[in-house]
Parts: sequence; C-alpha cells; structure tokens
Amino acid sequence: MSSADLTSERDLPPEREASARGDIAPERDGPRDTGMDDASLHRWLARTWRTPPGIIGALSSVDHKVIARRYLITAFLFLCLGGLNAVAMRIQLSGPQRGLIGPDLYNQLFTMHGVTMMFLFAVPIVQATGIYLVPLMVGTRNIAFPRLNAFGYWVYVSGGLFAWVSFALSMAPDVGWFAYVPLSGPEFGPGKRADVWAQMITYTEVSSLAVAVATIVTVLKQRAPGMSLDKIPLYVWALLVTSFVVVFAMPAVMITSTFLILDRLVGTHIFNPAEGGDALLFQHLFWFFGHPEVYIIFLPATGMVSSIIPAFARRPAFGHLGLVLSLIAVGFLSFGLWVHHMFATGLPKLGASFFTASSMLIAIPNGVQIFCWLATLWDGRPVIRTPLLFVFGFFFTFVIGGLTGVMLASVPLDLQVHDTYFVVAHFHYVLIGGSVFPLLGAAYFWFPKITGRMMSERLGRWHFWLALVGFNAAFFPMHIVGLWGMPRRVYTYPAELGWENINLFISAGAVLFFLSFVLFAFNLVHGALRGTPAGDNPWDAGTLEWATSSPPPSYNFARIPVVTNVEPLWAERVALPVASGLRVDARELIISTVAEAHPDIREKSATPSIWPLLAAIAVGATFLYSIFTPWAIVWGAAPIAVTLVGWFWPKGDPEDEE
Amino acid sequence: MNQRPAIDLADLPTFGHGPRSPTWWGTLGFMALEGMGFALAAGAYLYLATLWPNWRLSAPAPNHWPGTIVTLLLVVSLVPNHMLNRYAKQCAMGPVRIGMVVMSLLGLAPLIVRWFEFPALNIYWDTNAYGSMIWVLLGLHTTHLITDVGDTIVLTVLMFTRHGYSGRRFGDVGDNVFYWDFVVLTWIPIYLLIYWVPRLG
Amino acid sequence: MKRLASIAFATAMALFLQGCAGWQSALDPKGPAASELAWLIWFFTGLCAVVWVLVMAALAVPLMMRSRQHAEPLTLDASSDNRKLRVVMTAVGLTAVILVGLTLLSFFANRTLAAIGSDAALTIRVTGHQWWWEVRYEDATPSRILTTANEIHIPAGEPVRLLLTSTDVIHSFWVPSLSGKLDLIPGRMNVLDIKADKPGVYRGQCAEFCGAQHANMGTFIIAEPRAKFDAWWNDQLQPAAAPTSDEAKAGGELFLKRPCVMCHKIGGTPAGGTVAPDLTHIASRQTLAAGTLTMSRGNLAAWIADPQGVKPGAHMPVVDLSGDELNAIVAYLEALK
Repeated sequence: MSSADLTSERDLPPEREASARGDIAPERDGPRDTGMDDASLHRWLARTWRTPPGIIGALSSVDHKVIARRYLITAFLFLCLGGLNAVAMRIQLSGPQRGLIGPDLYNQLFTMHGVTMMFLFAVPIVQATGIYLVPLMVGTRNIAFPRLNAFGYWVYVSGGLFAWVSFALSMAPDVGWFAYVPLSGPEFGPGKRADVWAQMITYTEVSSLAVAVATIVTVLKQRAPGMSLDKIPLYVWALLVTSFVVVFAMPAVMITSTFLILDRLVGTHIFNPAEGGDALLFQHLFWFFGHPEVYIIFLPATGMVSSIIPAFARRPAFGHLGLVLSLIAVGFLSFGLWVHHMFATGLPKLGASFFTASSMLIAIPNGVQIFCWLATLWDGRPVIRTPLLFVFGFFFTFVIGGLTGVMLASVPLDLQVHDTYFVVAHFHYVLIGGSVFPLLGAAYFWFPKITGRMMSERLGRWHFWLALVGFNAAFFPMHIVGLWGMPRRVYTYPAELGWENINLFISAGAVLFFLSFVLFAFNLVHGALRGTPAGDNPWDAGTLEWATSSPPPSYNFARIPVVTNVEPLWAERVALPVASGLRVDARELIISTVAEAHPDIREKSATPSIWPLLAAIAVGATFLYSIFTPWAIVWGAAPIAVTLVGWFWPKGDPEDEE
Repeated sequence: MNQRPAIDLADLPTFGHGPRSPTWWGTLGFMALEGMGFALAAGAYLYLATLWPNWRLSAPAPNHWPGTIVTLLLVVSLVPNHMLNRYAKQCAMGPVRIGMVVMSLLGLAPLIVRWFEFPALNIYWDTNAYGSMIWVLLGLHTTHLITDVGDTIVLTVLMFTRHGYSGRRFGDVGDNVFYWDFVVLTWIPIYLLIYWVPRLG
Repeated sequence: MKRLASIAFATAMALFLQGCAGWQSALDPKGPAASELAWLIWFFTGLCAVVWVLVMAALAVPLMMRSRQHAEPLTLDASSDNRKLRVVMTAVGLTAVILVGLTLLSFFANRTLAAIGSDAALTIRVTGHQWWWEVRYEDATPSRILTTANEIHIPAGEPVRLLLTSTDVIHSFWVPSLSGKLDLIPGRMNVLDIKADKPGVYRGQCAEFCGAQHANMGTFIIAEPRAKFDAWWNDQLQPAAAPTSDEAKAGGELFLKRPCVMCHKIGGTPAGGTVAPDLTHIASRQTLAAGTLTMSRGNLAAWIADPQGVKPGAHMPVVDLSGDELNAIVAYLEALK
C-alpha cells in the first residue's frame, strides 16, 4: 500500500494563502517519528504524553486509560454499595412481617438500589469500558475531547457522592428509581428526597452524554488508517450505536427530571392534572428514555460477547454484517417500545397492541445476534477459559430474560405480571444475565491488558459457578412468587399468603450471589498484585488493543497501526503495518475520514488540565444548591462561566497553537 | 509485535474546517442531543395541548410582537453569520474580527428583546400548565441563546489576541457559526408553538 | 361473651387464611379473565421453555465436539459457513413466525378480556387513597348509593364494572385470581370489568408503588350469591347501630369529641369526615387498615392505640386516649356491624 492510497489528496490553498498573509502563524515543526529508533521514540512519546506527577497532575489527567480506570473502580464500588442495599432488602424479606427494616428505610433502599445500579453502575461501567478500549481498538492515542471526558468522570463521581451522602443523611429519594408523579411531586413528596433524585439524575446524565459524544467522535474521526466501516471491530460498533442511543435517549430523562424539579421548586404545573398538566406525561417522557436505557446497558455487553467469542472460537465472528445491522436495528427499535412499561395505565387498546408488536419485533435482531454467536462457536471445540464461561452464563440467563421479555410484551399477560416480582426477575435476568455476565467475562478477558497480569483461572471457575448458581437461586423463584401475587416494592408481606419459604430461598440465593462478587474482588486484587505476567496478547486475539504492551503506554501506540482486516493482528502475523510522519514533541494523532478512514489531519490532542475538575465542581455545586433555591442557577452561572473560559482558553502549548 | 512502516503522513495538514474536524462532529453531537431536548419539550407541550380541549386553559393570548422581533433579528443575523463562515474558511483575520464583533452584537440584540418577551407571554409559569410549558420552552431557548452569545464573545476576544493567529481558531469560528445556525433554527418551531399554534384551534 | 366471640372469629379467620395460601395467585384463577390469562401464561411459558432448551442444545453442540479449532483463525471453510448461514436464516425465520403467532394470540386474548364486562349491570367506583381503598356502589337512586372501604362485595357469576381513580398518587388495583391489574390515576378514570365464577374471598393489593405503606394496601373481593349480596347492600345502607352497653355509649360520645370525627364518617351520627374510611359498618368487615390486621377487638385496640406502630407512615394519627377511653371506643366500634 502506498501512502497516496491513504492520504487525503485535498489541497488547502486558503490556509496556505492565510499563512502567507500572516493570518496564521507558521507551523512550528518538531521532531518526527520517521526513521526514529524505538528507544528514542518511546522516550519522546513518554515525555509528551505523560500525566504530570503530583496530586494536581493526577487531578489534571486527560489520559483515557487513567480516566477509564478511575471510572471502572468507582463503578465497581457503587456496584458493591448497590449490592449491599439488595442484601439488606433480602434480609428484611426473608420472612413475613419482619421488623428489621421499616418502610421509610426500605423505600430509600430500593430506590438507591435502582438509582445506583442503573445510573452509577451499569451505564458508567459500560461507558468506562468503552473509554478504555475504544481508542485502543480503533488505533488512536487518546479519546476525542479528552478534557470533556475527564469532566465527565468528575461529574459522575460527584453525582454519585451526592446521592450516597444524601442516603447517609436519610435524605435519599424514596420514590423508586422511576420516581412517578404525583408521588414524587410537590404535594406528596415532602422534604428534599425527590429533589435529590431529580438533580442527581440531571447532573450525572451530563457525564453520560459527554462520554457518548466523545466516543462517537473517536469512532467516526480517529480510526487508524485503513479501518474503513467494514473493518470496525464489533465491540466498537456496539459502543458507537450505544452512544447514539445515549445522545437521543438521555435528554428525555433530563427533561423529565428538570420538569419535576420545576414543579417542585418554582411551582410549575406540568405534571399537575388539577391545573392542566398530566401525571402520565411523566411516564411517557421517562420511559422514552427508560427503555433505550436497557439497551444502553445491553448493547455494549453484546460487543463484549462479540469480542470474547471469536478469540476463543478461534475464528472471526460469523455474520459480521448481520451482527452490525442487528446492533443498528436494536438501537432504532429501542425507541419504539416505551409504552410497554405503561400497559397497566389503561391506554387505548389498539395503541397498546401496536407496542406489543414493536416489542416482539425487537426480539428478531436480538435473535440474529444470538444465532450468529452460536454459529461462530460451531467450528470446533472452543478454548474454554473463564471469559468464555461467563459468555456461556450469559446465554443461559439472558435467553431466559429475553423470553420473559416476550411474555411482558403481550398486553393481557403483562397486566398480570406488571409490577410484580415476575418483572423483578425478568429485568434482573436481562440486566445481570445480559450485561453483568458479559461484563464479568470482559473483566477476565481485558484485565491482562489493563494491568499486565492474568487473573487466576482456578478462582475464575469457582467464581463463575458460584455466580451462576447464586444468581439463578436468587432470581428464578422470583418469577414464581410474582405469579403467586407478590407485588414489587413491598417492605413486608403477610404470613398467610404462603410466600415465606420461597422468599427465604431467594434471600439465601442473593447472599450466595453477593459472595461471588467478594470472590471476584479477591481475584481482582490477587491478580493485580500476584498474577502471572500477561504479555501483549495472552489470548492471541485479533483486534488492535492487543498490538500494544500490557498495560499500554500513555501514548497507546508508538506508531499508529495501518489496518487491513477486521481482525488486523490475525491478518498481519509477521509484522504490523504502521504509519509514520507524526511529531513526537506534541500530542499528535491522526484524524481520518468518516467512511474510509483515510488519514486526513495530524491534529493535536488536548494536554492535561485542572479546569475540567474545577468546572465539574462549579456545575456540581450549582446543582446541589439548586435543590434549595432556584437562584442557585443565577449564582452558579459566574463560576461555571469562569471555569469554562479557563478550560478553553489557550495556554500557549504547541497543542493549542497549531 | 513487529512493525513495518507502510505509509508516511508527514505532509498532512494540522487542522481542517467543517466536517473534516472532530470539533465539528462534537458540535453536531451536542446539537443532536440538545435538539432532542427541544423536540421532547415541544412534544410535551403538544401532548398537553391535545389532552385538554380548551388549551391555553382560558389564559389570555400572548403579545407576539417581542417574539416576532426576536425572530426577525435571528433570521437577519444568519446573513452576516454565513459571511463570517466564508471568511473563517479563508482564514482572513481582518474580516473575521469584524464578523465576530458583529455577531456578538447580533447575539446581544435578541437577548435584550427576549427580556421583554417573558412579560409579553401574559401569564406566569405557576398559573397553570400552559403557562408552565411556554415559560419552559422560552427558558430553554434563552439558555441556549445566553450560552452561545457568551461563547461568541469569548471567542471574539480570543481572535484579538495572539492566540487568534491559528488555523484551529478559525475552525472554532466556523463551529461557532454552525452552532448559531442551530440556535436560530430551533427558535422557529418554538416561536410557532408559543405564539401561533394555540390560535389555530 | 363478646370477647369470646371475637377470639373465635379471629381464630376462624386465621384458619381460613391458612387454608387459602394461593388466594392471591394468578395461577389459581377464579374468574373468566384470570382463567384466560392463566392459560396464556402457561402457553407462553411452555413455548419459551422449548425455545430455551433448543438454544441451550445449540450451545452444547460445540462443547461435544472432539476436533480442536484450526490453528490459523482466518482460514475458514466456506461450505461450512454456508451451511451455518442456512441454519441461522431458518432460526431467524422460525423466530419471526413464533413472534407473529404470539402477537396474534395476545391480540385475541385481549379481545376476549374486553368482552367479559360488556353487560355489567353493577358499577362500583374504587378510589385509591394512601393507603386504603374507597369503594362506592353507584345506583340510579341516590339513597341507594353506598360508600364503604377496602372490601368489595360483588354478586358471584355476574360481571361487575369497576371505575378506578385516585385522589392522591397513582395506585394499581390488582386481584390476581380474578383479573389483571389496572392503575388508579389522579385526573383520569379507568374501567376494569371483573367477574368471579363462584362465591369466595379473593385477596388483592395495590400493585403500583404509592409510598410508605404500599405494602399494606390490601383489598378483598367478596363474591356472594345474588340474594346474599342484595341483603348485604341493604344492611350497609342502614345507619350505624346505636350503642347498647354503657361502655359503647361512652365510646360513641368520645368518638365525636376526639379528632376521630375529623376524618371518619359514621352514618346516622354527626361524624362525617371523608378523608378516611367510612366506619358505619366497620365491624362487618373482615380486616382493619386495608388488610393489615384481621378484625378483632384486640386488633381494633392495637390499631387505635398505636397506628404508627402497626402501619408506620399511615395518615392515621395517634390520639391520646386513656385505657378506659380506648376500651370504650373499641366497644363502640366493634358493635358497628
């Protein structure tokens, strides 16, 4: 391949003229990597791309891997907290009329469990995995808009703290994670609890949106030369589609929570039927976000499955195009199903039937994915390692969740099981089976890349079986007790309904499932400290993240790879083709064209900066203050403006000036 | 793993305008999500308007003149906005500076009229849901107007410093033009929703 | 004697309840709607189970294989991939057929359900409150309009139309052995038709989270033969029984002097509050506080003395009463049959 095939041939006369006129300062050139020996290249790049030392340096980091690691650890901690909530609830429900936890605390517990798992664990952790892996998989040196990405993390962690400090002060929301009005409205939700829900949601979703935009632009504009659309790895496709779903779904929940806070704080009547508002409007807006939310959590997990299966089945994914089209179809269809959360509200029958049909329809692209993965595995006995075991666990559980989802799509059937433990079972099968099992597989799969060490295979197998048995013991009986008439969100139940034995069994399963995470945490720590060194590519997988060292250097790739196949490392066994000509004294990366990934621009990536943290503090303080007075928006505007100007104002670095 | 040099990119430019630049795509992404917010707020308005047969809930009609003046100002501002875009593409410092000053002023002008638009709605946000919705729609757009005008002014100042002499900065001007188009275009349906749709019934 | 009777009643209730585990179950249908739905649940479950087993079998195939993978992952067998494509396409086709079938099935089931109450003669308005149910029997004759709480008597074998609404937050009316659930939404009115095939007591409870005491918002549908139902309605229309014993008389006077009267109504007395359950015939009901306690003298006393202990967060306030006063009020209320 000659460089002329890949480089854009567009000429740039206006810029040249402008340079001649003096309207653009002439480009200062620096040393290039062309022909540079490996040792000096690493030295140069390490100096250019490093995160500065010290606390301020650490807080200024814009390295996508550093940010992603923080995200992953924070999200895991929130998972543990949310899991403890669940265990507390299961102890209370282990017998009828237990007095361990009263309704006031119990209602905060299940609300915090839902809010934490959805907004502080599931979405952040799939996005964080993407922040780590997408730039590596597309062969670039940092995520697009790295400062925005850092800002996203600070917003996320402070939003999570906001929620949990409120919980510690018994000020946590107690209206359920979807906080229906009027229960959460000004009349029936006294105190600040529902305000905490509303502002925490709006605020943390800012972070989700920021990451989504950064991911989209990274995938569209920063792919390595030659990685045309048909050579994008399936995981990257999944994150791209997910990010688009985030961009169009998250505004709905922000609008919902903003309307709610307006009703509560300044006396608007948007959801008040007595003054021309409507309570169901809240549900429409919320579920317009809420259903895509499920796919925001699930689609990245399908990307993980699509990465793990080829590595262990020793062949590229069967039906690559079909898998990509299914992802896109699921992304679109996820916006057409929201009403199936509202069948029990008494909507017109014909309209409801339409949503039955659309909810059934989404099973088809999901089915295509399942069948393609199975077909990929049919080439011979796969290499069975822990990541693949968790993928098997995913099949075992997610298919049950998908099938009960088909049951819920049926309007009449839904009227019996809606808001019962059957639904609780269903969405845990979908979310844990469909997303957490792949995530655990992904943890074993990419842990060596992130830390440079392997996790224990033996503990991994124990972990897998404990998780599978614990999960099914905890959640399968919930289907039954739901059909026996047990509604969700009850802090206790009467003895005479005959639910006590099954609930005790469920609680025991929940404890077992929780213990599997304790084992997992031990395996993580043990692996990070004592694991055997992994090498660059321990699984002999085919995508670009395995082309660099484990853990990757701050600049990801000493030379940007040139991609010739969807599994580039399998296609180029002898030597990986790479690009040269980039500066080594500035944070240069390659901007390429959207469809063909022709290299187009050598752009400078942003340098570390403390301003994103300061901006997050200013925005966060404004949100926090706003649950007490609307004037917070006015007072907060000035510090927010100052921090944003500080963020974007050029500092005179080579990155800024050219 | 072993590497072999395949292409040399030493001659690539260091910045690009419009869709060639990642910033343009980032701006597009934010427009998409903010546009979604506008669409949902407008959808909520229409939902309530169709739910209640006597929509406007016996509130007086708003005085449309301040809103109409804002609309005219915004539409007129598109002309210098696009001239500015052309100069930014040519990286012509003089005209760009003039254009940025003009656009800062043309951003402030509708903001001043907007101040009179809220009382001209003839209803408060806490009177009924109709009042709430039109205040929300107007507030949502005003927030965008304020942030974009602020952004324009900061960039104008920047263009008068030494930092302005950079291809990237001209790219920023182009993106600012792009975003202003968005602010103007989102206003049109909101203007119609607030002032003219309730009159149809 | 009275105490003995109430203990006997409580014991009988307890035995009755013990014997009826599953009386709030969607799988134990007692009416046409629930029967149709139970059939639908079993059909879907069976079909889903078959699909799941097939998928698991497909997953087990590679695990049975002896042959290891080819060493070079990019060398693929084109003819084998073509075979797989055919299998995958067939599976997708079958999925589509099954889904279309299930969609049609649920559409027709919905039509069947809609037809159940088309000739309902009796209309009952059920209003959700935090955390109890207001039940109003509509009638063309205003004097026959009846208001009660939490327990809904219906004639067995006849369709009954329920009009569902709420004055505070959203609740959901669900008696699984008779029908699916439907929400009670402030500002809206939903219509749910129910029918019990045989006489019996069918338990239900609120299915939409509605605040602190969502868990203790039970309701009972009590289906009776028509004659018994009519007699019940006539009894309930009567004003409250006048107290006979001295203690009960004192209790009746206390009730009117204390805050009780602000919220509760007792027909035939000046007590006319409407924000809490109508107590005119409270002792004729089987439970207290929306299914929280069985009706007994002891439970009445416990509920009045410590409502926040029985049902934390409930809107029933603690009223400061001496032991004698409490006994008097309980004596009065337990005579309101």
